Amino acid sequence: MLRRFLCIGIALFSLGANAQFRVEVSGVGLTQLPIAVAPFKGDDSAPQPIAAIVQADLERSGQFRLINASGSGLDENSRPDFSSWRQKGSDSLASGSISRLADGRYDVRFRLWDVVRGQDLGGQSFAIPASDLRLVAHRIADFIYEKLSGDKSVFSTRIAYVTKSGSKFNLWVADSDGENAQSALSSAEPIISPAWSPSGGQLAYVSFESRKPVIYVHEISTGKRRLVANFKGSNSAPAWSSDGKSLAVTLTRDGASQIYLIDAQGGEPKRLSQSPSIDTEPVFSADGRFIYFVSDRGGSPQIYRMSTSGGAADRVTFSGTYNISPTLSPDGRWLGYVSRIGGAFKLHTMDLSTGTVTAITDTSADERPSFAPNSRMLVYATRQQSAEALMTSTVDGKIKARLSGQSGDIREPAWGPFQR
Amino acid sequence: MFFKKFLLALGVVMVVAGCGSSVKLEDVPVEDRKGAMPLAPAPAPVMESRSAVAPVNLTTNQLPAAGPAGVAKVVYFDYDSFVIKPEFQSVLEAHSKHLKADSRRRVNLEGHTDERGGREYNLALGQKRAEAVRKALTLLGVADSQLEAVSFGKEKPAAMGADESAFAKNRRTELTYR
Repeated sequence: MLRRFLCIGIALFSLGANAQFRVEVSGVGLTQLPIAVAPFKGDDSAPQPIAAIVQADLERSGQFRLINASGSGLDENSRPDFSSWRQKGSDSLASGSISRLADGRYDVRFRLWDVVRGQDLGGQSFAIPASDLRLVAHRIADFIYEKLSGDKSVFSTRIAYVTKSGSKFNLWVADSDGENAQSALSSAEPIISPAWSPSGGQLAYVSFESRKPVIYVHEISTGKRRLVANFKGSNSAPAWSSDGKSLAVTLTRDGASQIYLIDAQGGEPKRLSQSPSIDTEPVFSADGRFIYFVSDRGGSPQIYRMSTSGGAADRVTFSGTYNISPTLSPDGRWLGYVSRIGGAFKLHTMDLSTGTVTAITDTSADERPSFAPNSRMLVYATRQQSAEALMTSTVDGKIKARLSGQSGDIREPAWGPFQR
Repeated sequence: MFFKKFLLALGVVMVVAGCGSSVKLEDVPVEDRKGAMPLAPAPAPVMESRSAVAPVNLTTNQLPAAGPAGVAKVVYFDYDSFVIKPEFQSVLEAHSKHLKADSRRRVNLEGHTDERGGREYNLALGQKRAEAVRKALTLLGVADSQLEAVSFGKEKPAAMGADESAFAKNRRTELTYR
């Protein structure tokens, strides 16, 4: 059964039109849960439109159909008129309030209702500074998503990415909806390969600021950074171990590009890969046992796997002559990567238990996929209408959202971890 | 409603422009731990006297960071190739003579690729191009300490465009004297 792609809700994001990104959702899931998110009492005078952020998150997942709830005048304590909401076609209803406290913080409360059974599904209350209002809205959307879908939600996670505007490069940290982007680094030279530490507090990246690629570890909240790899030649492709203590990196200090392990504080590297060819783009498996990486030891770049102590490697990709940029889902089930097919670079997923490979995009310049921490989605860079853009996709490719910047090229996305 | 949108836009612009945690590179003290190149060779130890001090004068190390006059500083490569074509042999010979004439001269060999393909893999391919030039220069007698092979991958194209003529101008190693 084929569904035509549906472009949903450009009008829905009119409130977000002032922000950097416009999100377009194409493709729909097989089932969409109808939900009404009522405007929060006090939303009108609040610094952030809480209900609208929640609606946009749920809409962007492609798994919800938003029922119009404007003017309903509810808060978290009002008992809804369930039959009238059922008549509007809604299965669930969220309502809440936001008010300013005497100390300048904000009090945000909400409740979720099962309209069909007339039941209270619970709620939460928060007392937070204005700067955390968007985060709270995302946490509310997380609560709703997890209660109703049973899956872990990623609305309150962050993404990092790089923009190039003329000769200026920036490394940004933004909410998963692309909003609230803050620059972690500005540079006149390229920045590539940002990688989140497992705790979400640091980014490792490659900077060309000293006219050669070197690796920094950068503490996002303070801007403090340390140079962890500046060995002879090029230093690149940092990947964090799951305990956050080590980085797998690509160094050329012995001539060819090979993979080494270094302490995240810096220090003497230990060589892991042994081949006379190019070995690069290491990534740790979530269970910490393996490093997947790219090697052209067989003549062209393919993805291999070796133990984290190095040594012999098994080949993982067998179809196609050019497979690069591995990313692993935290649940250990999926490998995402880019495969060059007839000149086009296309994102693929492999089910690691069966080896089945699926192409999940219809673009032809895909780069750098990165799994979301719930293992359900990927973010990747691509080109559409000769401009670079970031896209998210569900693992099966059915639901995609485009985050498009309004100026400058945008690339090198990395999806951050859960931050509880 | 419009006023609220204006405030929202203003707020967003201020948040983005404020860049509270933005790091300007000039402000950040960079720790350069390993791999720093030595500045000058240490002077020979003085044997006769225990109170002698051998002076090291760094000011005379202000070398002009220029290569041999009138010689090209770029070597170009064919697609998917890291082989130095015969037409560049005389260029490399001129650079090797220049480097051997003064052992304090240092050159960065910067390898590049065209824009097709992934960034990290292209970084490694660019490294192979830099390494090819490095090997050729050492075969011509240049000391390894005078050379550093690095890669820019596809990050610093010399020519923009998605056609073969642009690609050909980007597949290169540049010799940059320090």
